Amino acid sequence: MSPKTLYDKIWDAHVADEADDGTCLLYIDRHLVHEVTSPQAFEGLRMTGRTVRRPDQTIAVPDHNVPTTLDRANAATMTEDSRVQVAALDTNAKEFGLHYYPVSDVRQGIVHIVGPEQGWTLPGMTVVCGDSHTATHGAFGSLAHGIGTSEVEHVLATQTLIQKKSKNMKVEITGKLPTGVTAKDITMTVIGETGTAGGTGYVIEYCGEAIRELSMEGRMTVCNMAIEGGARAGLIAPDEKTFEYCMGRPHAPKGAQWEAALAWWKTLYSDDDAHWDKVITIKAEDIAPAVTWGTSPEDVLPITAKVPMASDFQGGKIDAAKRSIEYMGLTEGMPLTDITIDTVFIGSCTNGRIEDLRAAAAILKGKKVKEGMRAMIVPGSGLVRAQAEEEGLADIFKEAGFEWRLAGCSMCLAMNPDQLAPGERCAATSNRNFEGRQGRGGRTHLVSPAMAAAAAITGHLTDVREMM
Amino acid sequence: MNKFTTLSGIAAPLPLINIDTDMIIPKQFLKTIKRSGLGVNLFDEMRYDDDRNEIPDFVLNKPQYREAQILVAGDNFGCGSSREHAPWAIADFGITCVIAPSYADIFYNNCFKNGILPIALPQEQVDILMKDAEKGANARIEIDLEAQTITSSDGEVFTFEVDPFKKHCLMNGLDDIGLTMEKAAAIDSFEASASQARPWV
Repeated sequence: MSPKTLYDKIWDAHVADEADDGTCLLYIDRHLVHEVTSPQAFEGLRMTGRTVRRPDQTIAVPDHNVPTTLDRANAATMTEDSRVQVAALDTNAKEFGLHYYPVSDVRQGIVHIVGPEQGWTLPGMTVVCGDSHTATHGAFGSLAHGIGTSEVEHVLATQTLIQKKSKNMKVEITGKLPTGVTAKDITMTVIGETGTAGGTGYVIEYCGEAIRELSMEGRMTVCNMAIEGGARAGLIAPDEKTFEYCMGRPHAPKGAQWEAALAWWKTLYSDDDAHWDKVITIKAEDIAPAVTWGTSPEDVLPITAKVPMASDFQGGKIDAAKRSIEYMGLTEGMPLTDITIDTVFIGSCTNGRIEDLRAAAAILKGKKVKEGMRAMIVPGSGLVRAQAEEEGLADIFKEAGFEWRLAGCSMCLAMNPDQLAPGERCAATSNRNFEGRQGRGGRTHLVSPAMAAAAAITGHLTDVREMM
Repeated sequence: MNKFTTLSGIAAPLPLINIDTDMIIPKQFLKTIKRSGLGVNLFDEMRYDDDRNEIPDFVLNKPQYREAQILVAGDNFGCGSSREHAPWAIADFGITCVIAPSYADIFYNNCFKNGILPIALPQEQVDILMKDAEKGANARIEIDLEAQTITSSDGEVFTFEVDPFKKHCLMNGLDDIGLTMEKAAAIDSFEASASQARPWV
């Protein structure tokens, strides 16, 4: 048998049909659904008299629109159009008999945090969702990617996707990460290296000692931003950490089924002599705490660097860099640590898990946020919130001057009341620094949770290693 | 779905790289539960000021491009969020063809589900068509999907690649779901064998 990559193995196990030209029907094991990209798909089903083929494999949770303030049970905290969208998910989930975590459920949260937490995401699965950050689930060695609403409808109706196979790319992070450098810095540094289109047409497998050393939470952070590198999906081969994370979760297999699953999961790795279409190797020791200066996730630099000169770039990137520097209100050549911050957002599907909150708390313990700073921590799920309270992290955040919110997507994309005003500058642990992403005219610097906590204390972008 | 066969139209130049789907349709317009009506908000934050007045310099606000049916843009068009509201907004405005050196994966696939043809061409050829587009309403670009050709206003012809299955669906306005349902037997049989092989799923 010819050697295979992990992606090859998962792909081969899910091809339900292959046409002569290589177009496949890929069978989907788990379909996650949220309120923003699904209403038109359900409407499509109704208009054509179709139904959901596998409601038992379809999981719905509202996250994008929901307010994260403590008073969110009060309907007045939502705009009418947000309310309509959440109500539509509620109706669709009940009418089609989906697994459903409504806003009132303690398990509610960001779909990409709830899925793994409840054991819906398991190694070797195909997982899709009408959301580009579905890549997150690749941390379990599952093939997971975002789809559009037409494809959501296609999966609802047929439990398959029409796909052609992507190419294989290996991203190896060798050696050990230096102190103060996290999974977020790895994934941002990779995008800085490859660019936002570097992964287009590929599925990335992240490997190497530094990846192996990461917790499952850290691996989810790495895979989450595979999409920012343009890849169809990001993957990490499952290992003992993965199995340990999955064991005992509500929807993970039990008893003999667990043993059978484990036996198969242990075959899910890339064979030694597998073929890679592209390989990137980065030494962990070369990675520093990372920050974005511009309006594309590829605009990444180590915190010790300076805002670049637009003339340092080539081609279309020269104009793009000029536009970014102007939008961001920066000066070419200024040290990144001179950039003052007025808002700090810790949360999102990239960095809203318990480990992220622990990293932020380690920096914030016994400290206060800079006067005038607007700082919020938004846990990724109700269960993350509960755990953080149990561990005493919430008290650290509140004493430091952070708002301690309920779970949701919050300021990552500002579809809810959490937004930046024009010109406001935010250190954010989310995944996109696009123009207007966090609110019209808002300025976003992407960083790790520890770096965001450091900036909250000093009031400017700060090398967190100086505070450790 | 609307068919796409040939198109002769005005092309609007948007010479920016990495145009993301947040730019194409900002988040506040994702709260709709319909697919239609988003054209007025296409490129909303570039197109209108804070008081909702049109920004005259933005290409789609210029008189010669208000009826544009083609968009010529930079590398990595449609990156970011998977929101299909982006192609919905583009189609609702009346644009049914995008020409750029490259596209983000999800956006590219979403176009074909909405009667939009995204054409990838080498940078040099996009540069030529960008110049053509900058000439305004007198410069019509012609696209023939069957022949896989683009003809510039000067009569220069470029050929482009497109996946044969996607081309077939676009030319005939076919519904993917209907096509897949014809293969229900294959799906049933896969499902039965997968539930034996991986009963824990």
